[in-house]
Amino acid sequence: MKHLLSTQELTRDEAIAILDTADRMAEVGQQSVKKLPALRGRTVVNLFFEDSTRTRISFETAAKRLSADVINFSAKGSSVSKGESLKDTAQTLMAMNADAVVIRHGTSGAPQRLATTGWIDAAVLNAGDGKHEHPTQALLDVMTLRQHRANLTGGETQGTDLEGMHVVIVGDILHSRVARSNMWLLTTLGARVTFVAPPTLLPVGTQHWPARIVFDLDEALAENPDAVMLLRVQRERMHAAFFPSEAEYARWWGLTPERLDALDRAGATTAIMHPGPMNRGLEISSEAADSPRSTVLRQVSNGVAVRMACLYLLLTGDDAQ
Amino acid sequence: MNTQTTETRETTGGTGRWLLKGVSPLGEEATDVLVVDGLIAQVGAGLSDDDLDERTTVIECGGQILLPGLVDIHTHLREPGREDAETVETGTRAAAKGGYTAVFAMANSNPVADTAGVVEQVWGLGRDAGWTQVQPIGAVTVGLGGKQLAEIGAMAESRAQVRVFSDDGKCVYDPLLMRRALEYVKTFDGVVAQHAQEPRLTEDAQMNEGTVSADLGLTGWPAVAEEAIIARDVLLAQHVGSRVHICHLSTKGSVELIRWAKERGVDVTAEVTPHHLLLTDELVRTFDPVYKVNPPLRTDEDVQAVRAAVADGTIDVVGTDHAPHPTEDKECEWTCAAMGMTGLETALSVVQHTLVDTGAITWRDVARIMSRTPAEIGRLRGQGRPIEPGEPANLVLFDPAAETVVDPATHASKGRNSPYRGLRLPGAVKATFFQGHPVVLDGALTQPHPAAGGR
Repeated sequence: MKHLLSTQELTRDEAIAILDTADRMAEVGQQSVKKLPALRGRTVVNLFFEDSTRTRISFETAAKRLSADVINFSAKGSSVSKGESLKDTAQTLMAMNADAVVIRHGTSGAPQRLATTGWIDAAVLNAGDGKHEHPTQALLDVMTLRQHRANLTGGETQGTDLEGMHVVIVGDILHSRVARSNMWLLTTLGARVTFVAPPTLLPVGTQHWPARIVFDLDEALAENPDAVMLLRVQRERMHAAFFPSEAEYARWWGLTPERLDALDRAGATTAIMHPGPMNRGLEISSEAADSPRSTVLRQVSNGVAVRMACLYLLLTGDDAQ
Repeated sequence: MNTQTTETRETTGGTGRWLLKGVSPLGEEATDVLVVDGLIAQVGAGLSDDDLDERTTVIECGGQILLPGLVDIHTHLREPGREDAETVETGTRAAAKGGYTAVFAMANSNPVADTAGVVEQVWGLGRDAGWTQVQPIGAVTVGLGGKQLAEIGAMAESRAQVRVFSDDGKCVYDPLLMRRALEYVKTFDGVVAQHAQEPRLTEDAQMNEGTVSADLGLTGWPAVAEEAIIARDVLLAQHVGSRVHICHLSTKGSVELIRWAKERGVDVTAEVTPHHLLLTDELVRTFDPVYKVNPPLRTDEDVQAVRAAVADGTIDVVGTDHAPHPTEDKECEWTCAAMGMTGLETALSVVQHTLVDTGAITWRDVARIMSRTPAEIGRLRGQGRPIEPGEPANLVLFDPAAETVVDPATHASKGRNSPYRGLRLPGAVKATFFQGHPVVLDGALTQPHPAAGGR
């Protein structure tokens, strides 16, 4: 694996190799000295064309725990508004001998352009591109789901996939790279995916998607899924007529206290997931966000482990310890 | 093809004598065609013995196809304003190499071709270049702004004699303004060429809306945004009794609307581009902006529908929408990239590949869709004429047995944004006669028409 651009192209074996490596990386985070020498002398560039403090910090922490040198390049706005092209920015970084480029970009396909044009020869890690993909987010979500099942069954995570699990993903599917990356990866690993969204926030052309699409959240939750993932709703969507009001969105598609109660009454083992940052009171109520079902903070810590695993595998080309 | 000059030809005011031996007009029975001083002098086998005098250049054609010089109803020459992308000189060289003896130059230059001054400038630049006839298209609205009618009458009566009006690149969206434009151009038998794109439904649109856009998360350009405008405009054209031309139709639904309109007797003509005859939105998965174009590449179902529509006459013409861009406008992220692709130098090969070699149409049909009908739509005299004695010698000699691997670096256009890079396409333009003068011989540019710049 030379680059990590999407989960659509990731095979089951590649995904499990990353997840198993991430499990071991997570153990490093539990030690008093949270550092491995694996990438000493290597340079990782965080090339962020979109503001994302959380993702950037996660990648930075991951690289540093592997002893890599980290350069943070934060380009406000697009490369064009900045006056420099993506090509020139990338080649400037290559002149500094970067070994890996972690790129976050508002445009779908920007990481793939970097990886396929021959402008640079570093490993490219997609840290979120437009509405396309966010593969490390999906990997950390899957890592969290593996742990969730292992905790319930007392089994191991190593080497396992998600066969038989059911994950409900709720919200703005149309604009969500998290939803797309999760759909491909979850189904590659044997899980079943249900999308729940207002019809305005679903793309046209999903006939071939390996996901069931429903409009009614209560119907989806009544199946006691293994997890329900709430997607962040951009408040400005309301003004573009995607839905009439925040109150109506929360009532129909939010994880309200009433829906949380219904899960409890049903004795469901449903985990509550959110990629963050949360809009409390919109897509997720505080009661749900703070409930014992919530894996939100676990997702954050798993994010560092998954990104360590990806950097390690891409830069050493090796899935051994 | 062998070119042998028996003696240096006389060029006293004329363009010489050319004998095309063993050529197949419209791909039909082989014969000889004699061109003398800008006109087709004789057509018929066995001309050679009597007419081969020392002033005649003989071209052995070996059964190659002779078509009337191609006429492109939809070209972007970029001058004035974007001479970094293309000039009238380079664009018309590209046209000549592609077999075109006339191109209609779209109005979205800078300044916009919305006054008599600008259209006369473009017309004059074309005349001075001497590679092909340049017929300017005038803007419908001032600055393509969609608010106020441009000086349509002044452009019509200028030296450029504009008959086609278009805001191409932008849709004439205001239905009342469209109605007025359709009505007004009747004064001089003009036509409005509509770029059918509902603007609200295509805000920030990046590619065809469908399964591929769903996967890639690129904002969709839905077929309905094209079809809604076509439906409106054919109804408007019928209501006011005007003719309307639909630029670069790209969807199956649009084909059905045009078919319906023609059955109702609406005076509508429709155009498809070579790229919409061949390429699909699956190519966008590469994120290579060379495939970014407006209207966007559609699905295979749409491609099959537009091919069938050319075959049954629903679509009247192939227009290239030749849209050259400098490298830096394509060497970037998808959403930052300019829309458009070059097409003049590959159009005839793409048409052979998609329509002739598939058996959908004949070479006689090619002459109709790429020469005669576009000339008729634009009311361009002396172009798209039959290959008969007395007609202007605007001709293209084409070898359908040749094969070319497309290399944009070899193109005469300044644009390197050909979506066919590396693709093996059939056929090659061997010679282009522009008003009796070979601007292309042996597949290579020669000299502009001797009268260029001197008229």
